[in-house]
Amino acid sequence: MSDDLAGLVAAAKSGDREAFDGVVRATYTGAYTLAYRLTGNEEDARDVVQEAYLRAWKGIGRFRGDAAFTTWLYRITANCAATQLTRRARHRHDELDDEVDMTDTRPEIDPEARADISLLRRRLEDALSELPPRLRTVVVLRDVYDLPHEAIAAELGISEAAAKVRLHRARRRLRETMFPGRAADRGEDAHAV
Amino acid sequence: MRCEDLATLLPGLVDGSARADRRTARHVDSCLRCQAELVQYRKLLRTLHTLRTEVLEPAPGLLTDIFTRLEAAGEQSAVRSMLRGRRVAYVGALAAATAAAGAAGAIVLVTRNRRVRLAG
Repeated sequence: MSDDLAGLVAAAKSGDREAFDGVVRATYTGAYTLAYRLTGNEEDARDVVQEAYLRAWKGIGRFRGDAAFTTWLYRITANCAATQLTRRARHRHDELDDEVDMTDTRPEIDPEARADISLLRRRLEDALSELPPRLRTVVVLRDVYDLPHEAIAAELGISEAAAKVRLHRARRRLRETMFPGRAADRGEDAHAV
Repeated sequence: MRCEDLATLLPGLVDGSARADRRTARHVDSCLRCQAELVQYRKLLRTLHTLRTEVLEPAPGLLTDIFTRLEAAGEQSAVRSMLRGRRVAYVGALAAATAAAGAAGAIVLVTRNRRVRLAG
């Protein structure tokens, strides 16, 4: 956590609303990105982020600082997203925004590798949007945001073992969607060793 | 052991969130198909990790919406707190009035009893 953010969080903990506004300004795009990845659509993501900051403000006194503030905020966001997804039981197939910039700008990557990564990312975005929300939530929290299994299980109200099962199912579905030929091979040509 | 027996295990083996027994490990070591699949899982995980640094820009207005929501919640909380305060004052006043009425009643009774005794 940057010193600026740490200072703002400390002031917000003692009830300074302006400091909390600063915390929001510093972190809201990250929280929105997570909310969007979990819900798969902008409308829900906006609702989730607003609810998450409301809960964060109400509960900031309980933030102990033993993890990064953003990790704490992301747990709240994940919890709000789970609530929102439960509320909206209808299945959505919203397309991801085509205008989102997927290019990798790191200079150390050569053009060919960059093109490869860009292609994989596009495939991954498509595959993620096709996952059922309960699987998408777990794989995004674990493999994108690096939250521990225990924290994911706690936020979703499931056991750690169930969280792992969902994670492995999600990875399997993603791999099968991203590399379809190989999935077919496994079914047809499984061999004994 | 068949490759399909490992289909549910490989997604966990790739990052150690699942463990392979000796027999499974031997199979994976000698099976090109399973190794190829593990490579795909590694690619998948790497690509998922790259999403971590990517930030999606929300449509304008989200920041204002967040502040408005916080403001509204603050006002609601203030109103609730004020009402709670008024409720306490009302209940207090009611209790004081009841106590005063009780005391007045007791005084009237005592006074009446004395008059009766004096008249007797």
